[in-house]
Amino acid sequence: MEVVKEIGHNVVVPTEKKSRAREFWKKWKKQKTAFWAGFFILFLFVIALFGPWIAPYDPYEPNYDVTLQTPSIEHWAGTDEYGRDILSRIIVGTGISLGVSFSSVLVGAVVGTILGLISGYYGGWMDRLIMRWSDVMFAFPDLLLAIAIVAILGPGLTNVVVAVAVFSIPSFARLIRGNTLAAKEAVFVEAARSMGAKSSRIMFRHIFPETVSSMIVFFSMRIGTSILAASSLSFLGLGAAPESPDWGAMLSMGRDYLATSPHVVIIPGIAIFLTVLAFNLVGDGLRDILDPKTKN
Amino acid sequence: MFRYIVKRLIEIIPIIFVVSLLIFFFIHLVPGDPVRLAAGKEATLEEIERVRQELGLDKPLLTQYINYMQNLLTGNLGHSLKTGLPISDMFENRFSVTMTLTFMSLGWALVLGLLIGTISAVFRNKWPDYVGMLTAISGISLPGFWLGLILIQVFSVTLGWFPTGGVDSWKSYVLPSLTLGAGIMSMLARFTRSSLLETLKEDFIRTGRAKGLKESVVVRKHALKNSMIPVVTIAGLQFGFLLGGSVVVETVFSIPGMGRLLIDSIAFRDYPVVQAVILLFSLEFILVNLLVDILYKALNPKIRYDS
Repeated sequence: MEVVKEIGHNVVVPTEKKSRAREFWKKWKKQKTAFWAGFFILFLFVIALFGPWIAPYDPYEPNYDVTLQTPSIEHWAGTDEYGRDILSRIIVGTGISLGVSFSSVLVGAVVGTILGLISGYYGGWMDRLIMRWSDVMFAFPDLLLAIAIVAILGPGLTNVVVAVAVFSIPSFARLIRGNTLAAKEAVFVEAARSMGAKSSRIMFRHIFPETVSSMIVFFSMRIGTSILAASSLSFLGLGAAPESPDWGAMLSMGRDYLATSPHVVIIPGIAIFLTVLAFNLVGDGLRDILDPKTKN
Repeated sequence: MFRYIVKRLIEIIPIIFVVSLLIFFFIHLVPGDPVRLAAGKEATLEEIERVRQELGLDKPLLTQYINYMQNLLTGNLGHSLKTGLPISDMFENRFSVTMTLTFMSLGWALVLGLLIGTISAVFRNKWPDYVGMLTAISGISLPGFWLGLILIQVFSVTLGWFPTGGVDSWKSYVLPSLTLGAGIMSMLARFTRSSLLETLKEDFIRTGRAKGLKESVVVRKHALKNSMIPVVTIAGLQFGFLLGGSVVVETVFSIPGMGRLLIDSIAFRDYPVVQAVILLFSLEFILVNLLVDILYKALNPKIRYDS
């Protein structure tokens, strides 16, 4: 009797949400590697947010008395060719890397999701149009497309965000379209439709939540890809300005000193590697919990 | 099968057409006048106009596109603004260099990826599995340009085993192809492992074991053979990753290939060359994907595309 009353007052939904979250947390704690990688990412976010205040030195100010110094007590990660503290540059660069990759994947995910929902839900000519467009986009290798876009728009971080977002859109659109096709046949969608719900409401309130799990998994995996793509563009001189503390740009500038001062190259490389690794491990963990079907 | 190939070939024609259209119009959106670059810094207004007419850039955009496509279909990719040379001549040696690099990378990525994936699957949840999968996830997470720089420092500068750059002999391709193939090798290792684990659960594997076959024979002759199809497909589909990556790797190792040409041309705003390289890479990617689809069907009779 109590249950019926609860359903009548629509109390079941939050309870279910709560138990879902608890169940997720229980499973997440068991994914040891992903769990710790997740902590590392949280730590990176803190650094990204408070970087300019945490950094022990000014990341832009040259100091020609201490150029290319190896790691020491004063400079934990050494200094670069202008005598700038590498650790401070890495710390401030965390914000750039995470900012660029998150914003680009977010734009890709939002646009891709809308296109995927429309394509899967309406079908017909809209589906054909969107899917043929994604075929065209898939005809360009990812990094090459990004290079082409930056070549047209000009170098700079904003254009890197645009470039990486553009190559993320078709992948998200395809993924969400597939999920939408499966979800739109479900009984609850049929029920919503028969109750006279508008198409937009069905798409965003009923079908979209069904696609969220696989989108979260894909999102976390794309972050790693986009950090690598953005740093590759900076390395090629098409991304961040050479003097900025972007990790890719630091590597690009430091390559001339690799033989004499390898730390100038090794340390930014490790920063990129560990960050991408953490996102990939979290992506793997999320996939195992949220979307085990796609493991293959 | 023949019908399928013809159908797919017909399907890619509009894609190629739209790709060429997109590249052409986007390149023409680029701010700045390419004619000034071609005519040189000290050119007078009359000279600039003359060069504009010579290049056909005074005509409407649509006419320019039609001319461009007519030339393209006869194999004429245009001329470089920087050198004035026909672009197809510039591609001659560079194309084979990039192809050698990408196929070498794919080759060793396949061999090592399959090996690591198989070992991981056979020794599931034991230390070889952990080492294999740690290597694989690290390979996916490594920035290629960084790996290249570290390999140069260790194997070229310190040990002197390989040249630091350029293409003189097969040795010049070893480090670049290792760098370029690392990502795909890792993906293939992960994919082989999961695909093999799935196959090892199948009934015919149980039958093989039940009739007393050695585990090595079961894995090698039965399981691996059946897991190969999706793995090879993934390898083919990742070809685009290699083409994109070749731009970075050729820059790190100073290899005179197509990718390096692209970056140099972007720096000089030599847009006819940029346009031609991107178009060629995209065509190649479309054709490789088509080939993979056809091979997939040929190898796996269970897949029916007609239905």
